[in-house]
Amino acid sequence: MEYILKTGSFIGLALTVVPAFLVFAGELTWDTHAVLMAIGALLWFATAPFWMVKEDASHGPVE
Amino acid sequence: MPGLSDLYPSTVGWVITVLVVGSVVTLLAILGFRQIARFSKVAAPWMFLVFVACGVAVLPQLGVNSVDDLWAVANQKIWTGAPLEGRAHFSFWHITFFAWFTNMAMHIGMADLTILRYAKKWQYGFFSAFGMYLGHYVAWIASGILVALAIQNSGEIAPGPIAYLGAGIAGLAAVVIAGWTTANPTIYRAGLAMQTITPNWKRWKVTLAVGAITSVAALFPALMMRLLDFVALYGLILMPMGAVIFADFWLLPRLGLRQDYADWKEIAFSLPAAASWGVTLAACWGINAVWGLEVFFLGLPGWFIATAIYVALSFAQQGALTKVKAERYAGDNTWNTY
Repeated sequence: MEYILKTGSFIGLALTVVPAFLVFAGELTWDTHAVLMAIGALLWFATAPFWMVKEDASHGPVE
Repeated sequence: MPGLSDLYPSTVGWVITVLVVGSVVTLLAILGFRQIARFSKVAAPWMFLVFVACGVAVLPQLGVNSVDDLWAVANQKIWTGAPLEGRAHFSFWHITFFAWFTNMAMHIGMADLTILRYAKKWQYGFFSAFGMYLGHYVAWIASGILVALAIQNSGEIAPGPIAYLGAGIAGLAAVVIAGWTTANPTIYRAGLAMQTITPNWKRWKVTLAVGAITSVAALFPALMMRLLDFVALYGLILMPMGAVIFADFWLLPRLGLRQDYADWKEIAFSLPAAASWGVTLAACWGINAVWGLEVFFLGLPGWFIATAIYVALSFAQQGALTKVKAERYAGDNTWNTY
């Protein structure tokens, strides 16, 4: 499960940054880049918290 | 959205947005350190990539169609050296000093200790440098490119609109989240600080009060749109206390003096700390008035002034306490329990 989540997260990060370079290279329109970035953001925030944030009781007080 | 020159909130939408964002930030700060750490940890890698993407994606609109074009366009359209009307001209040194000292209140003023007290290793302190490099160099470069495009398009120059130019909805989200992750630990640590003044209050109540005050302050563009000047000033105001903490914790034992002398002697008012604070700020004001050194540059000389004053006055205050006595007290580690 964690493998799937991590894969989703990294695809989300890739969708965030790669389209911008494709716009710069003239391979993609700005509008498509903006849509892909939004999808990347959703993918990242929908998957990353589940594997990045793990309970660690020794990490410090809840205070 | 208000412009850079506006003083007061101009629309109901702005007021509602600020209050909603302020409420969410305050709520997270009330939930405590762990929630703040979780959110920031998830948001950080994504935010950095959004900044990079914003800058790169709009380069063709400025006429940069290859890496070879970049230098010429950067000089002619982006970093022209001509400031907007009413704004200070920033030199290379302004950027350097501001990048490293813009969050002086946190790093040099030691406000970071509220978070770094949970660090498992001393090397965690270097994470502040990583944050500054990515947030204050890379993000500012992207911001410069976006502002150049906004000027070219005669568009609005404010964080939200320029981020939208670069990345659409994701850019807007990044601006909100960047502000959020910055504000969260600040409100949290402000709550802790206020709690020392009102020890009978629960931390959540103090944090709520701080969040309410800062949310109302955020309504006024006069403050928010002059954020660079504001953070430079409040960083400068807090800087001497950071120097006092550094000197008290690290220098005094090496000079044969007692740490936490006021606490140990149960003195409610520490003259060396108060004088270091007041005299340093007065000295910084004098340097500014006499030599015209701008506020961005005052932190560095000010830090050395504050440290020197605190050490000198500690020597004077603890004059009777010889090095031999200090070593004897070194066995008393009750002070070292923060």
